[in-house]
Amino acid sequence: MAMTLAEKIFKTHLKDEPFPGTKVLNIDVVLCHEITTPIAINDLVARGKDRVFDTNRIKVVIDHVSPAKDSQTALQGKILRDWVRRHKIKDFFDIGQNGVCHSIFPEKGFIRPGNTVIMGDSHTCTHGAFGAFAAGVGTTDLEVGILKGVCSFRDPETIRVNLNGRLPEGVYSKDLILKVIKTLTVKGATDCVIEFHGDVVKGLSMESRMTLCNMAVEAGGTSGVCMPDEVTLDYLWPFISGDYKDKKAALEEFKKWWSDEGCKYAKVVDIDVSDMEPQVTFGYKPDQVKNVTEMAGTLVDQIYIGSCTNGRMEDLKIAASYVKGKKIAPLVRAIVSPATTEIFRQAEANGIIKIFLDAGFCVTNPTCGACLGMSNGVLAEGEVCASTTNRNFNGRMGKGGMVHLMSPAVAAVTAIEGKIADPRKFRKEAI
Amino acid sequence: MEKIIKGKAFVFDANIDTDQIYPGRFLDLTDPEDVAKHAMEGADPNFVRTVKKGDLIVASTNFGCGSSREHAAVTLKAAGIGAILADSFGRIFYRNAINLGIPAIVCPDIRSSVSKGDLLSVNVASGEIINETTGAILKAQPFSPYVMSILDNGGIKSLVKGQLQEQGLK
Repeated sequence: MAMTLAEKIFKTHLKDEPFPGTKVLNIDVVLCHEITTPIAINDLVARGKDRVFDTNRIKVVIDHVSPAKDSQTALQGKILRDWVRRHKIKDFFDIGQNGVCHSIFPEKGFIRPGNTVIMGDSHTCTHGAFGAFAAGVGTTDLEVGILKGVCSFRDPETIRVNLNGRLPEGVYSKDLILKVIKTLTVKGATDCVIEFHGDVVKGLSMESRMTLCNMAVEAGGTSGVCMPDEVTLDYLWPFISGDYKDKKAALEEFKKWWSDEGCKYAKVVDIDVSDMEPQVTFGYKPDQVKNVTEMAGTLVDQIYIGSCTNGRMEDLKIAASYVKGKKIAPLVRAIVSPATTEIFRQAEANGIIKIFLDAGFCVTNPTCGACLGMSNGVLAEGEVCASTTNRNFNGRMGKGGMVHLMSPAVAAVTAIEGKIADPRKFRKEAI
Repeated sequence: MEKIIKGKAFVFDANIDTDQIYPGRFLDLTDPEDVAKHAMEGADPNFVRTVKKGDLIVASTNFGCGSSREHAAVTLKAAGIGAILADSFGRIFYRNAINLGIPAIVCPDIRSSVSKGDLLSVNVASGEIINETTGAILKAQPFSPYVMSILDNGGIKSLVKGQLQEQGLK
């Protein structure tokens, strides 16, 4: 029977089917951070079950408030650190080596095609970019995952999104996913996996594919998914070269996960991107999306470039290409937060950090802080932020603040203009 | 759990996200009593001052969309909410609520049938909802036997604990 990628992963990871429609899956990788995991740890300790299913398959980072902003967030970090030491979990990334979870874990090569991945974080869907089934879960499910290495899910339905045509200048993967969310609506993919197909997706880098899959949850999706191909292989090769005879053999293995011809989709959406404009959100929901020409001129107080959506090297390069040699507008403030320590290091080495500093940006260490209104760039009531993050929910970046979601390109030219601007009207400099 | 839950309705529109149910700036709190103080703060700052044990949340589509933070379910449970009735739910929130033993009841068109302050009588097992203020009767999607057993035990952890004790395991 023809199967989707998610159905194949469910079949190969099936541990139990306690009743029709619900499947208990073996989990390959359990990811942890300091906001949702400490509650699970405390509960396991209180119940006398302070154990982990496999120290090698639990990956841990401190990222949400990094460094800690007060004694309460310091305690969250401490609970996580003590647990990591107690169980000798080797893949732990503390401040100084850390990064935003959905950037650093792929960077370390932890996610492979066909994997099942859970984390107490809704943007776990990012890792589907590697052809994995990756889903955000609550703390209770995370706790079970840590203890037993399993998690139950409903049978997955899949929505297929075909992105075809030629990606216009100034339009990037962030614009694509905003367009997809606008098309599907914020609840259109609830309980579904979203598969991204088409010539445009084939031509995207892994970083761009992660941006695409990262926001699948904003349409309600359980996981975003791309078919693992040569691009996936090149990204993962440094980590997996010892596991295969050659690249050809690895690619053949990857292709086994591809959705079969004739598999069943809940819905198929076709989008031609050739005439697309850069996209910007205007309200408190991620499906409230307009063309940049309709939003141009909107005044902003802060520009934020970073997060698990758009804080990767490719994003910083794109933003820097617009910022190079220019200054941010008077009376606005701009923050750039490289998503991982390694990205920070590379951006320092290739002069990108200097471009931002010279333009008047504040460069912060890697953290999720501002995106969810916890630290490092929270808004005051009535303030407006042009942001490359993933959520514009009311109060998300601070009570009474307004967030306009956009690509790093739109954010960069908005910093220069002090109001939302169209990157297609700006010259890009070579980086 | 009690077969019939009776309570006063607090009503909300579509797409009440987790940041409205429980704002991110309070994610450093872990004690349910502290977490309860910020229930629904982003959507209705007066909620915690007026909500009483056993009251109900009635919402339109996609209630609880957004973050995986279990704080959003913890805060409603600790605030004493008897059940959440919505046209539909976000996936992770729905799962978290059931895991904690909160009846998260899917009932299409519930929002349009209930006004703020209406007294509702909810039969969790059969899915029958009576709006005692208006007399309207609605039918929710009934829970599977397994979900009912989670709710009856006050959450999945209590259910599993009970099962293990029965088997003589710890």
